[in-house]
Amino acid sequence: MLSPEARQRIESLKTVYETNQSALIPALHVAQADQGWLSEETQREVASILGLTAQAVRQVVTFYTMFQQKPVGRHLIQVCRNLSCSLLGGQKLQKQIQDKLGLEDGETTQDGRFTYLSVECLGSCGTAPVLMVNDRYYENVTPQQVDRLLEELK
Amino acid sequence: MLTATFEPVLTKTMQYPESHTLEVYRKHGGYEALAMALQKQPDEIIDMVKRSGLRGRGGAGFPTGTKWGFVPKSTDKPKYMCVNADESEPGAFKDRLICQKDPHQLLEGTLIGSYAIGANRAYIYIRGEFAHEARLLERAIEEARTAGFIGRNILGSSWSCEVTMYVGAGAYICGEETGLIESLEGKRGWPRLKPPFPAVVGLFGCPTVVNNVETLACVPHIVKLGWEWFSSIGPERNSGPKLYGLSGHVNRPGVFELPMGISLRELIDEHGGGVPGGRPVKGVIPGGASCPVLRGDEIDLPMDFDSLTRAGSLFGTGTPIVMDDTTCMVRAAWITARFFAHESCGQCTPCREGCGWMQRLLWKIETGEGEERDLDTLLSITDQIEGNTICALGDAAAWPTRGFAKKFREEFLQHITERRCPLGGGSLH
Ligand SMILES: Cc1cc2nc3c(=O)[nH]c(=O)nc-3n(C[C@H](O)[C@H](O)[C@H](O)COP(=O)(O)O)c2cc1C
Repeated sequence: MLSPEARQRIESLKTVYETNQSALIPALHVAQADQGWLSEETQREVASILGLTAQAVRQVVTFYTMFQQKPVGRHLIQVCRNLSCSLLGGQKLQKQIQDKLGLEDGETTQDGRFTYLSVECLGSCGTAPVLMVNDRYYENVTPQQVDRLLEELK
Repeated sequence: MLTATFEPVLTKTMQYPESHTLEVYRKHGGYEALAMALQKQPDEIIDMVKRSGLRGRGGAGFPTGTKWGFVPKSTDKPKYMCVNADESEPGAFKDRLICQKDPHQLLEGTLIGSYAIGANRAYIYIRGEFAHEARLLERAIEEARTAGFIGRNILGSSWSCEVTMYVGAGAYICGEETGLIESLEGKRGWPRLKPPFPAVVGLFGCPTVVNNVETLACVPHIVKLGWEWFSSIGPERNSGPKLYGLSGHVNRPGVFELPMGISLRELIDEHGGGVPGGRPVKGVIPGGASCPVLRGDEIDLPMDFDSLTRAGSLFGTGTPIVMDDTTCMVRAAWITARFFAHESCGQCTPCREGCGWMQRLLWKIETGEGEERDLDTLLSITDQIEGNTICALGDAAAWPTRGFAKKFREEFLQHITERRCPLGGGSLH
């Protein structure tokens, strides 16, 4: 169940955007921040607050890569796999993280601490290689930093 | 030299601490252009922007003033300005800098543009990963509202305008202007058939202009310093200052503000500090992943829309990716094809099927399983995608694949005859 605060925030988005449907993506961001991911139940709740069909919500959830359709770890690690990062060691970075965590692309550690994803360009090519942990960027990342980072994130 | 007398304007105040705040922005003349613009008729602003020669910095290089002029004057419908801050083209990271370091410059340009087209509402569509930049913009909007630059009767005029943030959720296609509009309406980012163009039928069916962040950031300077100043910078028909984002194998990657038309070699060697270890340049993707690659011996050319089109490539977003001689061009092509296959929205068969097919064939060649006829198939797929899709993502996927396969045909053939990657994947491994 969405928290009362999240419900309230989604309710208030109706007045910010011009149609209820155009409040959908902002509403899903709120719901995901509240629940960690977008279960079918959460999607139905959002649909009912905005007066949309469950199908309209589902169509959107399944289209956008940032909407999670299964639970993710506390730390969602996303490493860029595109060209500028790969030229500067991005592939090695991916392998290092995957080996250390023992995760295939898209998997979550059993303790729920980490989820690993390789992703397309993060728009930070001048400070390659880059990765994100939740909504924070880490730029010009070195192998040593990765080791330290994975230790620090509890 | 071209760059000797050039003074940066777009990045001028970014060196100051707290450059993102209203206080610092105003200390350096911020929002004076908005006040000047409101003293003029909207048509005068459009005319100024037309004369300046400003062309869109989002990739297509369409003349901004002309686009604004397409918005119908006699309509009862609301009009919208949409700021394209989706910046997802691999190689591009310049708009992010503006949002981070100078969000008020973007807001001022957005407001002047909105006034010029008669919009009372602007949306800033920013990619979801730029959460930090979205928060900075949100704060900037609040500051500007409190100071009377956003809201009712702006600076005592009869014109009112709201600015609203819209945070995307991960989809390159939402950078395409009609995909962006669909997404803003709360749907999948499926591009629309054109015509009708957004200037006539856009957001919620109303006249809409979609402009890139950097495009709009130029506008306050045009109003303040004059169109003559803007058009005097850079080559004819390709005027103005430009934010070049340089990445890949260069000693000093980053964003550089320089005139349009600067030599690509100068950009790499002088501003980017050359290639690490003094290695030779093997290839450069001049303007983001959708632009065909240039060989290292083709980079003595001016960075502008017309020159790059003449050279068989594209200026795109003006953000070169440099690759040295340790880079495998088949793998580079594969990474690029994989991107477009991942981002194809799936509406049009040639793009949906073709992008994945190109990706698979490139992987086949890269891993030593390729045959010579695969190269012919690859090129024929690019022909069948190009021009046969609703939006330009299909073209954007076909062009680079064709570019790699033609410019580095020898290397592709070597993979096929040696049945392996001669570089062992090279720097991309
Ligand atoms: C697949 C695709 C992705 C695009 N992504 C972006 C983008 O991220 N940012 C952008 O400004 N323009 C992007 N564009 C170009 C827009 O469609 C549009 O031309 C541009 O926003 C117009 O603004 P401008 O005239 O100021 O450049 C993209 C186009 C295509 C076909």
